[in-house]
Amino acid sequence: MATTLTPVLSSFWDDPKSWTMKTYRDNDGYCALRTALGMAPAAIIDAVKASGLRGRGGAGFPTGMKWGFLPAPDGGPRYLVVNADESEPGTCKDTPLMLAAPHILIEGVAITCYAIGAERAFIYLRGEELHVYRRLLQAVAEARAAGYLGTDVLGSGRTIEVVVHAGAGAYICGEETALLDSLEGRRGQPRLKPPFPAVAGLYSRPTVVNNVETIASVPSIIANGAEWFSGMGTGKSTGYGLFSLSGHVKRPGQYEAPLGITLRELLDMCGGIREGHELKFWTPGGSSTPIFTAEHVDTPLDFESVGAAGSMLGTRALQIFDETTSVVRAVLRWTEFYAHESCGKCTPCREGTYWLTQVLRRVEAGHGTAEDIDVLLDTCDNILGRSFCALGDGATSPITSAIQYFREEFEAGMHTPAWELFPYHRSAIVPVGELVGASR
Amino acid sequence: MAYPTETEARLRAEFVEIIARYPMARSALLPMLHLIQSEDGYVSPRGIGLCAEVLGLSTAEVSAVATFYTQYKRHPNGTYTVGVCINTLCAVMGGDAIWDRVSSHLGIGHDETTPDGALTLERIECNAACDYAPVVMVNWEFFDNQTPDSTVELVDRLAGGQRAAPTRGAAEVVGFREMSRVLAGFPDGRADEGVGAGPETVVGLKLARERGWHAPRRAEGTDESAAVAATASSSGYGHSREEGSSSSDDPVVPAGVADRGGALAGKPAADSRGTTQQPTREPARPDPGGLTGTGTPDRTPKET
Repeated sequence: MATTLTPVLSSFWDDPKSWTMKTYRDNDGYCALRTALGMAPAAIIDAVKASGLRGRGGAGFPTGMKWGFLPAPDGGPRYLVVNADESEPGTCKDTPLMLAAPHILIEGVAITCYAIGAERAFIYLRGEELHVYRRLLQAVAEARAAGYLGTDVLGSGRTIEVVVHAGAGAYICGEETALLDSLEGRRGQPRLKPPFPAVAGLYSRPTVVNNVETIASVPSIIANGAEWFSGMGTGKSTGYGLFSLSGHVKRPGQYEAPLGITLRELLDMCGGIREGHELKFWTPGGSSTPIFTAEHVDTPLDFESVGAAGSMLGTRALQIFDETTSVVRAVLRWTEFYAHESCGKCTPCREGTYWLTQVLRRVEAGHGTAEDIDVLLDTCDNILGRSFCALGDGATSPITSAIQYFREEFEAGMHTPAWELFPYHRSAIVPVGELVGASR
Repeated sequence: MAYPTETEARLRAEFVEIIARYPMARSALLPMLHLIQSEDGYVSPRGIGLCAEVLGLSTAEVSAVATFYTQYKRHPNGTYTVGVCINTLCAVMGGDAIWDRVSSHLGIGHDETTPDGALTLERIECNAACDYAPVVMVNWEFFDNQTPDSTVELVDRLAGGQRAAPTRGAAEVVGFREMSRVLAGFPDGRADEGVGAGPETVVGLKLARERGWHAPRRAEGTDESAAVAATASSSGYGHSREEGSSSSDDPVVPAGVADRGGALAGKPAADSRGTTQQPTREPARPDPGGLTGTGTPDRTPKET
């Protein structure tokens, strides 16, 4: 049977006041917290382990296992930090979730804090989402007034306090240890691991760092049971997730479905590629995941299948590009992004992304040299696996995968500008004039 | 130039509120710098000095942080930051054309400000709204599905002192300083303004309703958590939908919804859905607690 959509997190987002406490309660909100407070904390961790929930922020690490890595209580504080620094190009799921239904996240935070023995949680939101910040601040205030947060949560004697913290513009802070440094009031630069945050995280104390959607999935698991959750999805990729379609499709947006749905099925649901055009390439999980082509439309979008096909499920950020799009242009722009966002700590990433940009700019302009493809691949080889965090690795993904599938476009960059091969105005979905040359 | 006495006293008092949110004082630095921008319109030397003094850091340490993050401006910002997303997807879909038009229309480039101080233009990276591409942000509020023409009209409105309403955000865009104050954690009372979701956000939900798709009903438990959840169902949570909760007078919800079980798995027919509600603007009011929910100041690290 074909896969169908399974709205869980998104099930009431069309309520005109979806973000309020009242709406959330009308949709059984905060009942899972009541249930959780009646369970032993270890039983909650066991339930999340049994559900098979894996991190929704890109890496897909088993959530319950991550919680289980916390050392035994030593009397000192331990923290939950929610990574709400959604910045990976193509990724646009946590932001609409928090804007439409911040209380799902707050309930998940409260349950998780209870389960891991944390009295204090931080939600680190990127600073470039003003209204999301307003909604989160208000949700925390509402939850506190209702007794779902604060001292003695629902009469349990437990204290759970939540601080919503706005960042100030830096993609790197989505990396969990850079996020922790930023939350400590420093430049957001990654730490060498180990020690992992579970052992020495925020203020060097045991810390769980989880993505927004991961934590927001916890209430549904407690409410409906681990088997309910693991009954959706495939193999080791259980449950549901938000699939974010963007680009050259008729109806872009959020589609909540079991893991393992295919792009072919999602394209059918969103009306397909824009009229008169066809699929050329796409990212399965953001710009840091190697691109796919039309040959991958039947790859189940779960962690294992996407990995076996040479990419990563990432954040299920499906950026769709049709045949009008220059892959060189797309890859250059992503590379400029990584060069801009490299924090500068590790030389291979800082210098490598700079040089990749220089080479790709001349390939785009039709001034490439015969050696440029080799230079690009060699530079990628010298970045991959040679920096503290995954930013550098991610920077190489679009380049190596694009050369793998569209090498001839890079070769054409030795003599013909990309904007002549693929006139840029043809890719635009809105009326634009003639676009000549690179926009700077 | 030092702050006037009253200004400095107010900033110091608000710094104390911010610091009280965190177990360790230095964590307050990012919101403190946002607060400096709400006062000075950029991270001014005097603001950096005040942050350093209050936190017991050197000005070099504070500057190192202030120069790392793109939202901290090193020279006075315009009243409105207009950011055009030029990351790959938005660029391809029309963002490059928007940038070219707006930049030439205003006669300024990236991180430059119009002579009257109204607008600062920025080429911005992905802002997590790709399903609404091409995206323009004004003071970090969403202006979705933009075109070169609509963006030129928008900047002309802003430059002319007229109000502009984001597609997903407050009823109107606030100024750079007001925005910076919110980012420092001081709510402006506008959280209930605007929509919960734009059309693209609910496109999947809408389709699921049309086709009668839903998440499966709750599994009968064999493990402890499901057993507990089953217990909870008697108190009204995680239960299979009663017939009555799938109200027959709501044409949008298909019959199959009655089978849905579980907390978030099904949306009861909301009577209010579909009705138009004008967002009502609550008067801006200071929140004496700053960020709520942080409890007693606890600045001593509890490391053992």
